Amino acid sequence: MKPEPGPYATSVSLNVNGNVHDLRLDPRTTLLDALRENLDLTGTKKGCDQGACGACTVLVDGRRVNSCLTLAVMHGGQKIVTVEGLAQGEHLHPVQAAFIRNDGFQCGYCTPGQICSAVALLHEGHTGSDEEIRTWMSGNICRCGAYTNIVAAIREAEKNGGANAPV
Amino acid sequence: MSIPMMGEPRDRVDGRAKVTGTAKYAAEYNPPGIVHAVVVPATIASGTISAIDVSEAKKAAGVIAVISHLNAPKIDSLQGGNFAEPHLIPFNDNSVHYVGQQVAVVVADTIEHATHGAELVKVKYSEQAARTDMNALRHEAKDKASQQAPPLSKGDADDAFASAPVKVDHVYRTPYEHHHPMEAHSIVVIWDDDHVTLHDSSQNIFAVRGLIARAFSIPRENVHILSPFVGGAFGSKGSSWPHVLIAAIAGHEVKRPVKLWLPRKQLFFTNGHRPETEQRVALGATPDGKLVSVIHEGISQSNAVCEYNERFSRPTRVMYATPHMDVSNLVVELNVSSPTYMRAPGENPGMFALESAMDELAVALKMDPLQLRLVNYAETDPSNGKPWSSKSLRECYSQAAERFGWSKRNGEPRSMRAGRWLIGQGMASATYPSHRSPASCRARMNADGTATISSGSHEMGMGTATVMSQLAAATLGIPAERVRFEYGDTNLPQAPISAGSMTAASVGTAVYEASTALKKKLIDLNNGAEVSDYATLLHAHYLPSVEVQVDSKPDPEAEKFSSQAFGCHFAEVAVDPDLGIVRLQRMVSAFAGGRILNEKTAHSQLLGGIVMGIGMALSEETHLDRRNGSFTNINFGEYLVPVNADVRNIDVILVPEEDPHVNPIGAKGLGEIGIVGVAPSIVNAVYHATGKRVRDLPVTLDKLL
Repeated sequence: MKPEPGPYATSVSLNVNGNVHDLRLDPRTTLLDALRENLDLTGTKKGCDQGACGACTVLVDGRRVNSCLTLAVMHGGQKIVTVEGLAQGEHLHPVQAAFIRNDGFQCGYCTPGQICSAVALLHEGHTGSDEEIRTWMSGNICRCGAYTNIVAAIREAEKNGGANAPV
Repeated sequence: MSIPMMGEPRDRVDGRAKVTGTAKYAAEYNPPGIVHAVVVPATIASGTISAIDVSEAKKAAGVIAVISHLNAPKIDSLQGGNFAEPHLIPFNDNSVHYVGQQVAVVVADTIEHATHGAELVKVKYSEQAARTDMNALRHEAKDKASQQAPPLSKGDADDAFASAPVKVDHVYRTPYEHHHPMEAHSIVVIWDDDHVTLHDSSQNIFAVRGLIARAFSIPRENVHILSPFVGGAFGSKGSSWPHVLIAAIAGHEVKRPVKLWLPRKQLFFTNGHRPETEQRVALGATPDGKLVSVIHEGISQSNAVCEYNERFSRPTRVMYATPHMDVSNLVVELNVSSPTYMRAPGENPGMFALESAMDELAVALKMDPLQLRLVNYAETDPSNGKPWSSKSLRECYSQAAERFGWSKRNGEPRSMRAGRWLIGQGMASATYPSHRSPASCRARMNADGTATISSGSHEMGMGTATVMSQLAAATLGIPAERVRFEYGDTNLPQAPISAGSMTAASVGTAVYEASTALKKKLIDLNNGAEVSDYATLLHAHYLPSVEVQVDSKPDPEAEKFSSQAFGCHFAEVAVDPDLGIVRLQRMVSAFAGGRILNEKTAHSQLLGGIVMGIGMALSEETHLDRRNGSFTNINFGEYLVPVNADVRNIDVILVPEEDPHVNPIGAKGLGEIGIVGVAPSIVNAVYHATGKRVRDLPVTLDKLL
């Protein structure tokens, strides 16, 4: 049983990974907390809750967004994709597979954000050079320091059709 | 031994869970009826709480309880365990020792309600003058918790220094730094009468179990700690911090499952940091570069509620051969939150000072910095004369120097340019001791020929789960895919803290010994013959499984040797001569750490240490406002950890090294050594580029203008 969301509860219909969820939320609820606490989609991570680390990155209508910096009730009707929505059944998204092969993570906590960011980066076409990838991936902090492996993973995912994979 | 010297570069066994978002970290358990806790931090550095007004907070929507020293159950002494602040038990009294100290907690039905409720708690203080300036209080410096690195005097260092023909004598400073694991400290507590389950983010689950048992006077068997995924730690989750007890108290009081996630800004105050240090290094040498005296002394911040001493002089004891040596490290207790071990505690700040001083000595001698290190190469441990269990530092130097192209370096400062950028090249050594602690492991062969290996260790990204599976598979002679390693659970055989670079040595040895014992038992079952198919063997004997448990302990024979991993870094920087911007262009680092259990994860772990070292060199610093004892830049926007654009061209060389003495699997551990020596190699390169010596980290551009 979910708790009563308070006197200003607001209704919103969130489309997450193709599933529509009708929610009653405290309007202060961030998109991040709605995913983690209300929908139990804990793949999206809470790193700083201040929009400065990128661990909470999700795709909203194809665009990467820090889900901790935006309120859930603002996203009714939009298409939200989280890390849980990237694989097609057992078949990993090319970015996910490349992160494993290139050891693009250690503790794994920034990884969902890195992967969502990388998926968007491939669609944006910011893969002209390693320098360009590094710049456009700099909103996602990895304290374990897997950056060079992340760049290698993105390069490999690009070769493997990552920009055209269904999201 | 059937374990390869260079472990196969297998992908991580937990990789799929981590890239698909199914890996569950502590705060991701949502049992029915869960409620949320938000802490209230103190806003003064020293004094007492005179009143707490909770009337508004208790009236707020969703708030279930407000707990503080006024109504919390009191806990007896917690000394002697691994509680980070043994002299400050949460909510036991009204004393305030530092800004950010958790003085109350609000429990509510949602995060939003708890957060709002915490803002409504009004705390009144009776403030006292706070001790915040280490420099001003240096006359009160004292020894503390120095058992791991007591002061060491050899010969007469002062006399030898005074009469040395060539000498350097400088003071080096390192700032407050914070660990910043991406997963903030978080916990879910579920009480069931006098039993409790904690989903914690911990490097030391058995110590958490002991802490909770003692605090609540219940048997250890009643306490179950689970920590299968830890989102980074770097030392900050080794000790138990106040929030663990606060969450447990909150859950106990409200009789509902409680989730507590510490906000990022709160982590700056209540979960440890690397303390500021001020270190004097004095080196005396003969004209041909032979060290005749080494002095390393100084102070670091500590406080009255913890037992921490940043042992920065420790690496100096073992690094270079010298007849005279005097090393010590004292602390000054301030009203600043508790320091703790952070990746390569002691060694990391200490080697910044020592390796900077060695570079300065090389300049004074007009000698190549690498040559100076070779001239003073320690063939035995300078602190105690013991032989090394193994040491391959010469090979590290030669391989890294060769790949870097060190021989082409012009030693003159400001002699190299690329366009308008000044180019500089510097180097430094690295070392970290190899420890081993007791660890237990259960190894079970299942009826289907798969093996389950269990030890309550931790996976913070070091690759524990992956390398332990590989170790067991190699020992049993089965494919690694057929081994499952269980960890992160106090219901499993006990493993030590995952810190001090000792998981491979401790848990790895236990896994090796348990797998070896299991294999022997299975061979015995097979009448002494090698087993080609374990499933068939168990089937033939109608056995559902065969299992052994081993309690593995360090061998006193290993004490006859000194054991350290060694390595080195060669760095090239470009410095903008007008703006002082420093860009790390490339780095070549080499390490010898004994047997490598997985080439890929080892490489990544070392790389990670180097990246954190780049932050230490160029950007990381927590500013303390000495007027009020508060840290000021308490977010990722102002505390600058390296981002992707800061890191390029890092070449890590793993130098093969066989060590028959350090422990049965010959692995020295790689968790810390990657960061050691990074900062001085970069600082030395900046000197080479600019002719400016920076002795206080980080090298921000204002120091070069």
